Formats: sequence, structure tokens, C-alpha cells
Amino acid sequence: MPNFGLVRQNAVVSATPKSTIRDSLSVSITVGAYGIAFGAASVAAGFSVLQTCLLSLLTFSGASQFALVGVLGSGGSALSGIATATLLGFRNGLYGLRMSPLLKTRGTKRFFAAHITIDESTGVALSQEGLGPDAMRKGFWFTGIGVFTFWNLFTFAGALGAQSMGNPAAWGLDAAVPAAFLGLVWPRLVSLSDRILSVAAMVLALGLTPFVPAGLPIIATAFLALAIGLRRS
Amino acid sequence: MNAMWWGVIGTSAAAFGLKYLGHSIPHRYLEHPTIQRTNLLIPITLLSALVAVQTFAVKSKLVIDHRAIGLVVAAIALKFRAPFPVVVILAALSSALVYHVSPFWWTQQ
Repeated sequence: MPNFGLVRQNAVVSATPKSTIRDSLSVSITVGAYGIAFGAASVAAGFSVLQTCLLSLLTFSGASQFALVGVLGSGGSALSGIATATLLGFRNGLYGLRMSPLLKTRGTKRFFAAHITIDESTGVALSQEGLGPDAMRKGFWFTGIGVFTFWNLFTFAGALGAQSMGNPAAWGLDAAVPAAFLGLVWPRLVSLSDRILSVAAMVLALGLTPFVPAGLPIIATAFLALAIGLRRS
Repeated sequence: MNAMWWGVIGTSAAAFGLKYLGHSIPHRYLEHPTIQRTNLLIPITLLSALVAVQTFAVKSKLVIDHRAIGLVVAAIALKFRAPFPVVVILAALSSALVYHVSPFWWTQQ
């Protein structure tokens, strides 16, 4: 799934440039296949198949897409959904900063490079560092285009599948979404303080849920991250 | 136009805007260590909050229902380093199972 932080497990630093293509492909297929989960979750949350496919085509950032359908599916407003998704997409901007001196794109090409700037394309590019800038550029483009292709195909398949299912709870789709979020956050909980922060965010969000409109309890936890980010400096 | 469409358009526009901005602005911006560090922490809090709310809330009410079983199964699967699709499928299966066998007062919230 785009932006799921799975690159380290999949992309292996290899000795020959041919391996760049192999790394890109293996990441693209593995990660793209998770589009099924997004397609199904999005339709279960009340989005149409068309809206679901447009999200994968145009937003193309897995965690952000999941967040939007999660917030709106549980009754949150469009604004809180967009805000949560955008906060999760912020790191793509930082990846762009890292990739732009390497890619040296302009015009239309920069437009496309920006669109496929996600965890996986950046991760594979960086993993090819030992093979020189040319392999890094190839890694970026192959992985970005590959993930984009498979992610969109599998989104469509998942959306169609969920549409024919009916009641999401009867198929466990309502539990698949939080499980997907858990799978997303799990690899990020490296240190003890990460885990404490994770539990604190859960407690804060649940504590606010009865009192503020849906969606806001999730955004509110960003301030927790901000407070700790500022304090450690 | 309903909330879903606004969500699709707004999220897509903002997502692309951030990506393009990253490719276009000079390097020294956003390189501050506080920004880098906060950028790592924000996904942890938002995704954790989403886990909690999506499992234990129905609109503004807190509940414990079949989804909680799915989450526990997912956590166990992750503990055993199961790949992402396996985690999601196991959670869905266990939750659906509980949904079908549990007494009416438990799932009708």
C-alpha cells in the first residue's frame, strides 16, 4: 500500500543495477495488492466505486486515503477527514525535498514525479544509494509507476468486491479497517516512548469521542505529537 | 455535492499540493529538526487514534463489540510478524464470526 512504511522489509540493497528493477517490481506488486483492502474499506464506509477509484488515482497515498474514508465513514465532516488525511500526507512533501535534487525534474515531468512521491518510491531510491544516482533515479520511477499501477488495479477489484457483499459487519469489513490502521502504526512503534505516545493518543481520542463531533478526536491527537516534537528540541 | 465528494477532491488536492511543494521549494525549508521529528510522531498519534475510534466508537458512543475481537486477533497476528494482508483478513474473519454468533444485545448497538 502506498505510504505504509513497508519498504525496509521489501527493498534489498543489491549489487547489480538489474536488481533495481527487481526491487522496484517486488515492492510494487506486494504493496499494490493492499489496494484490495482500501477499495473494500472505502466502499464499506459509504464511498461509491467511482469515488474510491478516484481517491487511489488522485490522492495516491495509502494512509491518507484510509484516514479519509475512516473519518467520513464514522460520521465525521469532510473538513476533519481532509485535515486528518493531509496531516498524514505531510511527509510526502519532505520526501519531495529529498528527491528533487536527485531527479532534477521540471515542467510536466516534475508534475508526475511529485504525484508518485510516496514512502515506497523514495525508499527504493534511497536503498539504491550504493549503486549511484542513475540507479536511484530508476528505482524512484520504476517503483512509483509500478505501485501506482497495481494500487489502482487492486483498489478497483476491492471496491467491486465490497459492493457485492452488502452488510459490512457480516463480512468483518468494519473490523478490517481498524486492523489495517493497526498494521500501519505497528512498524512505527520502535521505542518505548513511541508506544506510550500511541496509547496516549488512543486514550485521548476515545475520551473526546462522546463530547466533540466525529473526526475531531482524531485530529486533536496531532497536537499531542506536536507538543512532544517541540519539547524534545 | 455531498461530503464524500468534498473529501475526495479536498484530500487529492492537498495531497498533490504537498508533494509538488516538496519538489519545488529550496532545501533549507522544512529541514528544521523539530519539523522532522514531529513529522515522525504525527502518523503515530493519528493512526493510533483511528485504531481506537474505529474499534470502540459508534458515532459518539463508546462500545465494545465484535470489532474488538478483530483488533485483538490483528494485534496477535502482528506480534507474530504476519504480513499485512493476513492481519487484515484474520481480523475480518474473527470479527465476522463473533458478529454472527454473539447474542443480539451485544451487536445491536
